[in-house]
Amino acid sequence: MDLRLENISKHFHSFIANDRIIFRVETGKIMAILGENGAGKTTLMNILSGLYQPDTGTIYLDDRPVKITSPHQAIQLGIGMVHQHFMLVPNLTVTENIILGTENSWRLNWSQKQQEIFALAQSYGLEIEPNARIENLPVGQQQRVEILKVLYRQAKLLIFDEPTAVLTPKEVAGFIHILRQLAAAGKTIIFISHKLEEVIKLCDNVTVLRRGKVVATRSTQEVTSQQLSDLMVGQGVSLTVNKKVNQKVNQQVNQQVNQQVNQSVYTAEQVILSVEKLQVLDDRNIPSVRNISFELRAGEILGIAGVDGNGQRELADAIAGLRSIHQGKISFPGSLVHPKIGYIPEDRQKMGLILPFTIAENLILKSFKNSPFCCNLLLQPKAIKRNAQMSIEKFKIRVSGENVKVSQLSGGNQQKVVLARELAEEPNLIIAMQPTRGLDVGATATVHEELLAQRERGAAILYISTELEEVMTMSDRIAVIYRGEFVDILDANTATLDKIGLLMGGANMT
Amino acid sequence: MTIANKPFQLIRRIIRPIIRPIISPLIAVICALILGGMLIFFAGANPISAYTALFQESLTTYFGFGNTLTKMTPLLFTSLGVLIALGAGQFNLGGEGQIYFGALGSTLVGLYVQGIPAIIHIPLALISGFIFGAFWGWIPGYLKAVKGVNEVITTLLLNYIAINLVSYLVQNPLKAPAAPSPYSPLIAKTARLPIILPDSLAHLGILLAFITAAVLWILLMRSPLGYQITAVGFNSTAAHYAGISVKNTLMIVMALAGGLAGLAGASEVMGLKYRLFEQMSPGYGFDAIAIAFLSRGSISGVVLASLFFAALRSGANIIQRSAGVPITIVYIIEGLTVLFIAIALALEKRWLNGLNNDN
Repeated sequence: MDLRLENISKHFHSFIANDRIIFRVETGKIMAILGENGAGKTTLMNILSGLYQPDTGTIYLDDRPVKITSPHQAIQLGIGMVHQHFMLVPNLTVTENIILGTENSWRLNWSQKQQEIFALAQSYGLEIEPNARIENLPVGQQQRVEILKVLYRQAKLLIFDEPTAVLTPKEVAGFIHILRQLAAAGKTIIFISHKLEEVIKLCDNVTVLRRGKVVATRSTQEVTSQQLSDLMVGQGVSLTVNKKVNQKVNQQVNQQVNQQVNQSVYTAEQVILSVEKLQVLDDRNIPSVRNISFELRAGEILGIAGVDGNGQRELADAIAGLRSIHQGKISFPGSLVHPKIGYIPEDRQKMGLILPFTIAENLILKSFKNSPFCCNLLLQPKAIKRNAQMSIEKFKIRVSGENVKVSQLSGGNQQKVVLARELAEEPNLIIAMQPTRGLDVGATATVHEELLAQRERGAAILYISTELEEVMTMSDRIAVIYRGEFVDILDANTATLDKIGLLMGGANMT
Repeated sequence: MTIANKPFQLIRRIIRPIIRPIISPLIAVICALILGGMLIFFAGANPISAYTALFQESLTTYFGFGNTLTKMTPLLFTSLGVLIALGAGQFNLGGEGQIYFGALGSTLVGLYVQGIPAIIHIPLALISGFIFGAFWGWIPGYLKAVKGVNEVITTLLLNYIAINLVSYLVQNPLKAPAAPSPYSPLIAKTARLPIILPDSLAHLGILLAFITAAVLWILLMRSPLGYQITAVGFNSTAAHYAGISVKNTLMIVMALAGGLAGLAGASEVMGLKYRLFEQMSPGYGFDAIAIAFLSRGSISGVVLASLFFAALRSGANIIQRSAGVPITIVYIIEGLTVLFIAIALALEKRWLNGLNNDN
């Protein structure tokens, strides 16, 4: 199917999410849509899948103008969306999930349906067991089910929203193979991503979005990842920021080397956190952290790399004292009393902030019972206000005043509020979980710089992320977590992306 | 913007923050009154004269107003309890049972503690009522916090246990000697709240309720506990991650809510009836839920809304006597108010967004 967008625009109040978008994907081609968070990718895809109506502009399918008024109609037109977060029912089987909502007849012929799905899967080389329950399938297989779901609905245009974000490097390889086959079978594919390498490796063409506009459409054969990165973030700004980060990192590496030369200055550094044979249960009482042991010293960043959902959250919660320990021990040898812990949770909107509260109110969430914020049993508005003004200045939170609700801030500024609060007490231990998720380049750099500054100060930092590159730049040592266990702990100087990637998929386990 | 627009703009800027929160409840009340008026019309009376009689009686006559204040006392106490629970995101539908328990608590002190001066006896009986109510509120709080049981169900069901427990007590161990119907003996004179408007029914309880409202306002707006309650109400996950004990907050807030409703029961016994009756509350606990929703989380709103509900109830008799409309019309109006406030709140979001776009 041939898709053409002409001058598609979409406004939300005064915000222009899509500004006269023009592009074209031909039958059997893979087109990447590249852009930072907030560049308008999601809005555009929601327009294609019928969730939003464009304000102006026309969508052409096979040169025929169409109006997509609902997701149902999008499906009828042959547009299928594979969401980043799978829309599957975990305790139903593959077949049940695939046919869900398509059967209107009185009687269901299960064996026939299973055969149909098996045949469909075969024809695209997507091997799958039609009787398996979704909850028992690994993520890569679940994704196949999502793909089969849209294929079963006879989609000719498939839209993938950040499909590789949840996959291990090995699964990514398999996925790329699938995508190629789909394209070869004549499907048109739109691939949304912010990972440059993948886009170049996988796609035929790439359209770059920035601030709601198409800034370029290129063939991937004649473009480098550096060029794409420049297009994506706009030149100048990003380069200097990147440089800063690099400098900082270089400095550190030098320092580290010096430290190693000076020997034992840092080895003699206090152990802040010691974890021994830790087991933690998740919300369903299933062990999700099994047998993890490590030590973390002052002035050290231990990165924890791993695919989402391998026990990272439970580990972080347990160390922060928010989740009970099933077995094993967490101790803080360095401090006589309980150490100060700064915890940057993975989801700032759900776990980090109280959105209807103002900045000032959010900043005292941890310390509202203590002086100077509370005196004579009453809260002290002046002290709370002064604290907020200081934090706004120190962390360069871009806002008109301390009484603005955090729900009105951008993601980057929200994260700065979390940082300001969590770092205010100069914690001995900082747990940073996905601290840059969803942030633009500038805000990411701020977060990194602030954490590195805390490290200089002597804080021990646990840096948990699913982004491999990020873990590698930030960490002194890298632990790879897989199914609740540390597969290995590597030195960041000698570790390679490939090695960590393999470990993330559980390569060492056997 | 033209100069002529400026004063208008200014007025808009000052008035809008005041008007905005009360506009939906106001519309809801007006709609309920209009629909209620139609029913009065179909019942064969003139709605305008019926309403006039109702509100004139309950708000402008000495005895009528005294009566209104008397009915307002338990409504205000209980709806403050519903309100504060709502602040922590908890639906306290157990006001009725908590009233009964509070009444029981103060009756016990009023009956069995004798020979102490009023200055000690009254506070003691009030505290006892508060504690009994608090206990009845704490149970669903505990079940929610520790066992994850939905408080909507537990608070609602605990009502019936409390009502029937009191019913049993006044029929058996607490029954007054030779009483023709189930009620307890009179409580000691030293445990009774003084009348504040001579010859009317209005007693000290209403002043206590106002003071409680003021204290609660300070608690919510200025105290760490109020901050903690609001934080948990808005986002308990984030509160948990910041080290606030969500479980304790829930238990505290539900006990507080129960205690406030308990004071309603205590003031009914100590200020109005002087004894414990089998059916001592005509559903104040359920009215309180409507009042708390009508007031949209504001304490001044609760005061106004309980005055409105109390005036409706206190004027209900006059409407029957003067206009010949059955009293039940008042309960219909109450019900309609709740229905319309639910509709208004649902519509409001969209509507306010529209207003914002005008700016």
